[in-house]
Amino acid sequence: MRGQQLLPTLTAEEIAEIEEEINHLPDRKSAAIDALMIVQKHRGWVSDESLGAISRLLAMSVEELDGVATFYNLVFRQPVGRHVVMVCDSVSCYVMGADDLAKEVQSQLGVRFGETTPDKRFTLLPIVCLGACDKAPAMMIDEDLIENVSSDRLQSIFGAYA
Amino acid sequence: MSLQERLPLSGRVEEIGNRPVFMTDYLGGAGYEAARIAVTGMDPNEVIAKVKEANLRGRGGAGFPTGVKWGFVPDVEGVKYLVCNGDEMEPGTFKDRYLIEYNPHLLVEGMIIAAFAIQAQKAYVFLRGEYHVPRRRLARAIEEASAKGFLGERIFGSDFSLDLRIHSSGGRYICGEETALLNALEGKRGQPRTRPPFPPASGAWGRPTIVNNVETLCNVPSIIRLGVDWYRNLGLTSDSGTKIYGVSGKVNNPGLWELPMGTPIRELVEEHAGGMRNGHKLRGILPGGASTDFLVEEHFDLSMDYETIQAAGSRMGTGTMILMDDSICPVDLSRNLQHFFAQESCGFCTPCREGLPWVEGVLADIEEGRGQEGDLDVLALNAEYIGDPGNTFCLHATGAIEPLQSALKYFREDFESHIRTGKCSYRTEAS
Repeated sequence: MRGQQLLPTLTAEEIAEIEEEINHLPDRKSAAIDALMIVQKHRGWVSDESLGAISRLLAMSVEELDGVATFYNLVFRQPVGRHVVMVCDSVSCYVMGADDLAKEVQSQLGVRFGETTPDKRFTLLPIVCLGACDKAPAMMIDEDLIENVSSDRLQSIFGAYA
Repeated sequence: MSLQERLPLSGRVEEIGNRPVFMTDYLGGAGYEAARIAVTGMDPNEVIAKVKEANLRGRGGAGFPTGVKWGFVPDVEGVKYLVCNGDEMEPGTFKDRYLIEYNPHLLVEGMIIAAFAIQAQKAYVFLRGEYHVPRRRLARAIEEASAKGFLGERIFGSDFSLDLRIHSSGGRYICGEETALLNALEGKRGQPRTRPPFPPASGAWGRPTIVNNVETLCNVPSIIRLGVDWYRNLGLTSDSGTKIYGVSGKVNNPGLWELPMGTPIRELVEEHAGGMRNGHKLRGILPGGASTDFLVEEHFDLSMDYETIQAAGSRMGTGTMILMDDSICPVDLSRNLQHFFAQESCGFCTPCREGLPWVEGVLADIEEGRGQEGDLDVLALNAEYIGDPGNTFCLHATGAIEPLQSALKYFREDFESHIRTGKCSYRTEAS
């Protein structure tokens, strides 16, 4: 049997944050989504190695945890760029021109939805309604909501994310 | 009437100049008085009775009477849960984000009272993952309330204790469905559960659980503080209270307004949203989010309340309406809606998993000039089977079909002309 130290591990900080969530839940497994999001916050995405480490910490099978991870669109099981750009494609933004905006975003970043720029700066994803319907079209870059987006603003918007 | 008596949800925000209301400002507007009254001076059943009498109905879309729901919680020993549904993902809906961002203590206070009423010791706010600003402001409010002793052990010196936590969601529209939300809260895949048992009897971790929408809970403090009669008189029609209404689309002033329940559609569009932009003509509205049936011209003088909109064949839903003007193709808009619902199906039931992508495909064909004779019958047949609530576990597919069936009814000539001419006339105009 392999020694415990050879297994990929989580950092002390990640473990502390996950344990804090577990403290407020009836059992360890219930923290699965919180744990995935915590590790993703620190590492950008959830690798197979991270998944294994989290499953051991939560005392659940890696398969069950992957079933959870792959259900949720905000859990990234593939590497993403330094910044994640999410463009709303739901109905209010659609009415306000989201289709044209989506084309322009893809053209300016030089990638299609689901792809990452070669310099690993941006990953482009579609997203459902961001709750900014009165300021449509809307998009989100990392944790920043950007409202009333127009094609002519895109260059300066992206410029703020190195 | 003071601003807060007229606008119990947003009055305090307006009073302090449309800034987020944190502890000092909240206390300055009678903040936490209602929670103190309830926790230190009322019996839990008295609180439930008041909310029932006030006729507060769930603001998440279903409109179920809140006090009645609370009354379903059995009187048993052990842990009970209160869960706030802050997973606002209904396309076109942005009211809960406003409430959490601008009046987070109102939600915390509402949750204290609701938890006391059902004697829950644990409460969670299930917040959608993309709501980062709301999460930070709510976290600050929870911290401030804990520091004051309004949360935690022995609230207001009583025997009642409450632990309130935020759960940030990993995404997916289906998690807004009450039982899918509970699975997600438990760290599982967000798939709906079979009912019965209903959550008040067996919910989170198999314990009695009440799930209430953000806006619903925000209504509770003023009912306790200002009374049932005052609350019932706020509404213009038989439904009580105020409502956060929203309008999005090509209007001059899209936004949110707290108005008396039952405010007419036309007043919302013309007065509050400033009318249509650049001479666009309004053709149809989705009154309460993407999963509600279209209403058209003949309905625009109706009151936005649960009863009236239901009688017109739709649902008030979240009360945040999406406007379709004459520059928008109803076929392409339907395709956009069905793309959303097909993508967001959890995949458990066949009609939803297989039927919605099929519907989306047929709509895409019609929109892109590949429509065939008989396509509308295919859509109607699918609508009938997919939309039958007896054929699926939850109401996701049923909701998806609502805007489709009504689009086929009210905008049929658009669908037919696409098929007949093999093109979308809106596209040539646009480009």
